[in-house]
Amino acid sequence: MALMSTPALRISQLSFRYPGQDPLLDRFGLIVPAGSRFGLFGPNGAGKTTLMHLMTGLLTATSGSIELFGKVMHPGNRSVNSLFGFVPQDFAFYEDLTPVENLEFFGAWSGLGRSAIGERTNELLTILGLADVRDRKVGQFSGGMKRRVNLAIGVIHRPRLLFLDEPTVGVDVQTRAAIINYLKQLNQQGTTLIYTSHQLSEAEDLCDRVALIDQGQIVAHDTLDQLLATHRMDGLEGLFLRLTGKAYRDL
Amino acid sequence: MFKLKATILKDVRVLMRDRIGLIFMFGMPILLVLIVTSIQNSTFELVNKNKVTLLVCNRDSGVLAVQFLQAVDKIGFFQLVPVAGSITDDSVRDRIRHKDALLGLVIPADFSARIVARARTVTGKVQVSFGLDSTVAGSAGSGSRSGLGTAGDAGGSVGSVGRVVSADSLPVKIFYHPVLQTSFRKSAEGALYSALQLVESKQILRTLYYSLNEKELPDSLEHELLSNRTPLIELPVSRDGNRDTPNATQHNIPAWTIFAMFFVVISLGSGIVREKRNGSFIRLKTLPTSYAVAIFSKQITYLVVTLIQAGVIFAIGAWLFPVIGLPVLNFPSDWPALLLVTFLSGWCAVSYAICIGVFARTEEQANGFGAVSIVILAAVGGLMVPSFAMPGSFHLAMKISPLHWSLEAYYGLFLEGGRLKDVLANILSLFLIIAALQGLSFWGLKRKNLI
Repeated sequence: MALMSTPALRISQLSFRYPGQDPLLDRFGLIVPAGSRFGLFGPNGAGKTTLMHLMTGLLTATSGSIELFGKVMHPGNRSVNSLFGFVPQDFAFYEDLTPVENLEFFGAWSGLGRSAIGERTNELLTILGLADVRDRKVGQFSGGMKRRVNLAIGVIHRPRLLFLDEPTVGVDVQTRAAIINYLKQLNQQGTTLIYTSHQLSEAEDLCDRVALIDQGQIVAHDTLDQLLATHRMDGLEGLFLRLTGKAYRDL
Repeated sequence: MFKLKATILKDVRVLMRDRIGLIFMFGMPILLVLIVTSIQNSTFELVNKNKVTLLVCNRDSGVLAVQFLQAVDKIGFFQLVPVAGSITDDSVRDRIRHKDALLGLVIPADFSARIVARARTVTGKVQVSFGLDSTVAGSAGSGSRSGLGTAGDAGGSVGSVGRVVSADSLPVKIFYHPVLQTSFRKSAEGALYSALQLVESKQILRTLYYSLNEKELPDSLEHELLSNRTPLIELPVSRDGNRDTPNATQHNIPAWTIFAMFFVVISLGSGIVREKRNGSFIRLKTLPTSYAVAIFSKQITYLVVTLIQAGVIFAIGAWLFPVIGLPVLNFPSDWPALLLVTFLSGWCAVSYAICIGVFARTEEQANGFGAVSIVILAAVGGLMVPSFAMPGSFHLAMKISPLHWSLEAYYGLFLEGGRLKDVLANILSLFLIIAALQGLSFWGLKRKNLI
C-alpha cells in the first residue's frame, strides 16, 4: 500500500549541463504518479531526450536527485535499474540475432532466469505478432516488426515503470494501433508509462497526464483533460503551439 | 553466472554470423602461413638442395680454367651453363637481364697464365726467404708434364703468344641480376672464391714442389695435402640436444600463429566499437548489469577463438604440410609450456583488441589503427625480420611489442627445445603487458562511466 502512494518518479532540484554549454536543466522538478500514462512533450531542443537519458541513468545530473518508487538513482547502484524498462527511439538490439535470441540475452541482463525468459519470450512474441518470425534474423525485419521487437525487449522483465522514447516513429497505422493498445494493456496491469513523442494525436489517445517542457522548464503539467480545459483548447496540438510558439527550434 | 553464459552465447552467435570476421581470423592466417612457409621453404631448398644456374663464359684455353670450373662444379651449389668464350660481356649481361641465369661468370683469356705467374712469384718469395736460389721457380713453370701439366701447359700457352704476364689480382668477373639478395649473392661469391683458392693453392704447391725437388708433385701427395681438410659440422644449439636443423615450418608456424591471434583486433575491436555506437549499447547501459560482464564475455569468447586459431594452424603444420611437400611441424616436448604460451599469447591479443575497442570512437579507427599497429608490432617484434638483425635503435620498441615476447617464448620451445623454465622470462614479460592492457581498458571503461 505504501508503494502505491509513492510516486513512480520524483525528480527534485535537478540540474544538468553538457560540458562547455549553458545549463540545459536548472533545478528541474517533476512527479509522475504510479500507474499513470505520462506524456512528456516539447519542441526539438527543449530537453526531452536529455531528461529521458537522466531518468534512465544514461546521463548523470550535475546536481539534484531522481527517485524511482522511492529509490534514489545513483551511477554506482544498478539495482534500481531493474525497476524500469526503456524503449529507445533507435533500434536497440542485435540485428544478426533472431527475436528469440535477442530476448534471451536482454532477458538475462534484465535479471530474469532461464525459464522465466522462455515463458515471457513466447508470450511477448505471440502478443506482438512475431511468433511466426521468431527464428529469422531481426536485420531482415520491416520497420514495424523491428519496433515491436524493440518494445518486447524493453518489457521482457515486466518493469514497473516503462520509458518510451517515440516508440511508434516510422511505423504504419496498424502497427501504431497495436503498439498503443499493448501499452494500454500494460498500464492496466500496473505499469507506469512515461512517453515522449511528436505524435500528439497518438499522445491524446494514450496519455492521461501531460507535461510540456520548453528550454529546460515545465511550461504546463496536469491531467490532459484539466490542461485542455484550463487553456480552453480542444486538442493537444493547439495547446502545444500556444505554449511553445510557432518558431523553428532546431536551428 | 547465467548472465555471463547468456552473454557468451550471444557473442558466439554474433561471431558465427560474421563471415568476414571469420575469414579475417581463420582464412587469412591459414593462407598466410601456407604461402609464406612455401616461399621460405622453396628459398631454403634453392640454397640447400637445388642448384643455382651459373652462366659460364670461359675465354681461357688453359687447363687451370678447366680445373677452376671443375672445382666450382664439385661444390654442388651451381648448375653450370657454358656459353661460347667468344661472346662479349654485354651479351652475358643481356642473358642475365633476360634471366637465362641469375649469375654469370666470365673467365678472362689470361686466367691460367696469371695464376701460373702468381704461383711463380709466391714460390720465388718463399725460396728467397728460405735462402735458396729463386731461379728454379721460374723453370718450374716452363716444365711440361703430360698428366698434371696444367701449369706448364698454361705457361706454354702464355709463352706462345709472347706476352709478359702480370701476377696481379685475377680479373674474374661475376655478373648478377639485381633481384638476387645480397646474402645469397655473397654465398655464391664465397663458393666461387673457395674454388678459385683451391686452384691457386694447387698451383703454388706444384710450383714450390718442383722448385725444391726438380720433379713434379706426386698425385697422392697433392691429394693428401689439399683434400685432407678439417671437416666443418653444423650443430644447432638446442636445449634438448636435438640436432635437427630448424626448417621454414618451425620458424613460420609460431610466427604466423601469433600474427593470426593478434588479428582478432579486426573483429573484436571493431565489434566493441559497433556495439558502443548502436542502440543496443544504450539499452545495455540502462539494464541492471555491469558492462564488465560484456567485456568479460568477449575475453572468454575470443580467447577460445585464439586457442582454436593456434590449434588449427598447428594442425596444418603437423598434418597438412607433409602432404603438400612442406617440412612437418615438430612439437616441443613440454606440452604444458606450449599450452601456457599459447594461452598467454591469445589473452594478450584479446586484451590488446579490447583496449583498442574501448578507446576507438569509430569502426574505421579500430580497424585502421588495429590492423596497422599489429603489422608494426609484428615487424618490430621480429616476426618479419629476425630480432637479431634489427638495428640497435629498434631494441626498445621490440621489447614493448607483445608479439616479440610471444615469438621468443614460442621459439624457445619450438626451435631451442626449451622447457617452461627456459621461457619464463618471456612469459613474465607477456603477463606484464597483459596486465597493463587490462588496466588501461579498465581505466577507459571507468572514465567513460561504462562500468
